[in-house]
Amino acid sequence: MSVFNSKIPEGPLAQKWTNYKDHQKLVNPSNKRKLDVIIVGTGLAGASAAASLGEMGFNVKNFTIQDSPRRAHSIAAQGGINAAKNYPNDGDSVYRLFYDTIKGGDYRAREANVHRLAEVSNAIIDQCVAQGVPFAREYGGLLDNRSFGGAQVSRTFYARGQTGQQLLLGAYQALMRQVNAGSVKMYTRNELVEIVIVDGKARGIITRDLVTGKLERHFGHAVVLATGGYGNTFFLSTNAMGSNGSAAVKAFHKGAMFANPCMAQIHPTCIPVHGEFQSKLTLMSESLRNDGRIWVPAKKEDAEAIRAGKLKPTEIGEEDRDYYLERRYPAFGNLVPRDVASRAAKERCDAGYGVGTGLAVYLDFKSSIDRLGKDVIEGRYGNLFQMYEKIVDDNPYETPMMIYPAIHYTMGGIWVDYELQTNIPGLFAAGEANFSDHGANRLGASALMQGLADGYFVLPYTIQNYLADDIRMPRMTTEEKEFVEAEKAVKDRFEKLLSIQGNRSVDSIHKELGLVMWDFVGMGRNAEGLKKAIKRIAEIKKEFWTNVRIPGNKEGMNVELEKASRLADFIEIGALMARDALDREESCGGHFREEYQTGEGEALRQDDKFAYVSCWEYKGEDAEPALHKEELVYEFVEMLQRNYK
Amino acid sequence: MEKTINLTLKVWRQNGPKEKGRFETYQVSNISTDSSFLEMMDILNEQLVNDNQEPIAFDHDCREGICGMCSLYINGRPHGPDGEITTCQLHMRKFKDGETITIEPWRAAAFPIIKDLIVDRTAFDKIIGAGGYVSVNTGGVPDANAIPIARPAAEEAMDAASCIGCGACVAACKNSSAMLFVSAKVSQLALLPQGKVEAKRRAKAMVSKMDELGFGGCTNTGACEVECPKSISIAHISRLNREYLKSRLSE
Repeated sequence: MSVFNSKIPEGPLAQKWTNYKDHQKLVNPSNKRKLDVIIVGTGLAGASAAASLGEMGFNVKNFTIQDSPRRAHSIAAQGGINAAKNYPNDGDSVYRLFYDTIKGGDYRAREANVHRLAEVSNAIIDQCVAQGVPFAREYGGLLDNRSFGGAQVSRTFYARGQTGQQLLLGAYQALMRQVNAGSVKMYTRNELVEIVIVDGKARGIITRDLVTGKLERHFGHAVVLATGGYGNTFFLSTNAMGSNGSAAVKAFHKGAMFANPCMAQIHPTCIPVHGEFQSKLTLMSESLRNDGRIWVPAKKEDAEAIRAGKLKPTEIGEEDRDYYLERRYPAFGNLVPRDVASRAAKERCDAGYGVGTGLAVYLDFKSSIDRLGKDVIEGRYGNLFQMYEKIVDDNPYETPMMIYPAIHYTMGGIWVDYELQTNIPGLFAAGEANFSDHGANRLGASALMQGLADGYFVLPYTIQNYLADDIRMPRMTTEEKEFVEAEKAVKDRFEKLLSIQGNRSVDSIHKELGLVMWDFVGMGRNAEGLKKAIKRIAEIKKEFWTNVRIPGNKEGMNVELEKASRLADFIEIGALMARDALDREESCGGHFREEYQTGEGEALRQDDKFAYVSCWEYKGEDAEPALHKEELVYEFVEMLQRNYK
Repeated sequence: MEKTINLTLKVWRQNGPKEKGRFETYQVSNISTDSSFLEMMDILNEQLVNDNQEPIAFDHDCREGICGMCSLYINGRPHGPDGEITTCQLHMRKFKDGETITIEPWRAAAFPIIKDLIVDRTAFDKIIGAGGYVSVNTGGVPDANAIPIARPAAEEAMDAASCIGCGACVAACKNSSAMLFVSAKVSQLALLPQGKVEAKRRAKAMVSKMDELGFGGCTNTGACEVECPKSISIAHISRLNREYLKSRLSE
């Protein structure tokens, strides 16, 4: 049962990572030069791993679909990055960050992984400051912190509303320094289209040059996937337009386990959907919940009048407003975790109290502006307010913002062990692409932490433990039959896509998939809906493979072909998400099964039956995937019902 | 309030870097004024696919104004008629019913056209690679609070650091100069103690790389600052010039 060997090191929780590092195998400097590492993706995880491995002397090949590594979607993270520095002296510690993350994840993550994440969090902040990341500072010159959902301490470091951008640029600059030094070779506008397995080990990839359309073979002693999440399965999400789950699907089809696919995060503060033409949803940082109060009208008739345009939110008195998060969760108020805040918004809107189109709630800054002054609020969120105004044409300093939940992040992903290695030897996954640290729900400001932890401080150690056994393995020529066959399979697939010549555009089919996902595999799920979704997705798959229309040919740049290839994979993921959600007969974190809730509408876990990681194994084109279970053993923390009241 | 408009679009089409380009005219109708400019382009492309024509290639990704990928030259202005935003945040309420909109790629020798509205901006990466970093490896760095940094310096560094590398400054400049882009990075790092150590070397290396890649010189017209979606100030160019001069004087 090698699949489930999560390779958790021995010893007390706080000693595991130290023990691992003390006893792992290392590669000496002269051997590093002889080893090639392929890293796919240049977001926080990919860029930091590529830069670090390059600095260490490995021969790195780094791939991105964008025109530059700096464009990866990590750049759009707004709010901040968590670390257990305890600079504000408010009681934080490595243990507390670990505990909050485990609890925030609704007890569905591995203890040892999460503790390691909390341990290395402080080094990330040190590293970024040394790179020249301009974090916010106090007048005394020291770093400032703010609070975030799911925590009672202020442990979030930030750079205005552009923290992801600044952290990514730090990693990107370190990466470009290595590119300039020749230790990393950068391949831009290149997409992974297949993973090459030789003798059971990952030994390379096939890529498509998105400018020329040419397929290329690349050898690596190890392959790292840092390709982000699969939120765009829903068509409308806060992900970038190009974000996709294709690398994960390629790994899945080659035998890698896909873990917890149903665990997707719906972010509570996004600009609401307002038309069928919409291509993308915009996130408003969770940090806004520090100073914004969320409410809907307390009276249904007021909500109706607002929807009809007969009443303005500013005309509703305090006594007629329902600050429902403060009402339901007095201890955490507007700072409850994302899953809780999202469901509470849906509950109010479903009950008929929504504003705007009916699927929106207010995020109001008036009391903070009265208390702190407009200047302070502008200093904290100026760029976010400007962005909101440009999109919605409304001034949030004067009238409350309207927000609604949207798909934002996927906690599920490729199964990895403690070393971030998949069940295919030599194939690693880092950042959002793996499933490892966030359980059933990710806390705010933890994605940046995990991406950089994996890339700067975990993978550079653990990958050596694997590569140390490979030092006698010479570079393989890409003329080997495995490479030739993999390229042939890819070529056939693209030709098949182009040969369909049906009647429907890629986007029209993707939108159809997105609606099915949102209706049945979104914020509220139930057995009947999920069964319907599985059936509908199978129909959409058939429609796609018989009726999609892709103009142009496979030579040269062909954006529709790229999109079609990714959509084919999203359809696979959508089906897997629905299947996994159907299997998991409990509510936990972002996965809410309507059949399993408390009398007060809170998520009800079934620890006796579902305290496991769902690992799905691909069984072939027409076969159902097989479910394996990695039991989650909690040695140090007691599984409790989450309580933010 | 939402309303809809009809538009005539004159769009630059070019099959490849070496091919000859031309303007093509398209009509779009019933465009919601609440849609973004790129959503309008999506609608046009959907229309083209349905007519079995090849859609227009344009760069875009985050659609939140931060990745720097979108890059359209709209009615003679990089990122179009609205201020302080990128093309993806431009909304159709800025246009009138019946208007003709001209859409072109960035035009600069250092940014060759790849296809239609997509240009190659890898020159920017090469400039960063030449020196746009602090030379520290992963690990072994001091505690983050070991060196206090005066808040005004940190804030000014952040102003400079907010550059998204879109290239609007180059597209706006009559000389196709990349001075605003280069100065933003030089300035950010020169303002911070971590970056000051190699400030001189950095300025020299980045400027000489910029010259080598075919960007023009700066003649202080200030168009870059006006069109920059992140309002990066040309005061950073002054700082770059000072840093550059210091590096030459110390040779």
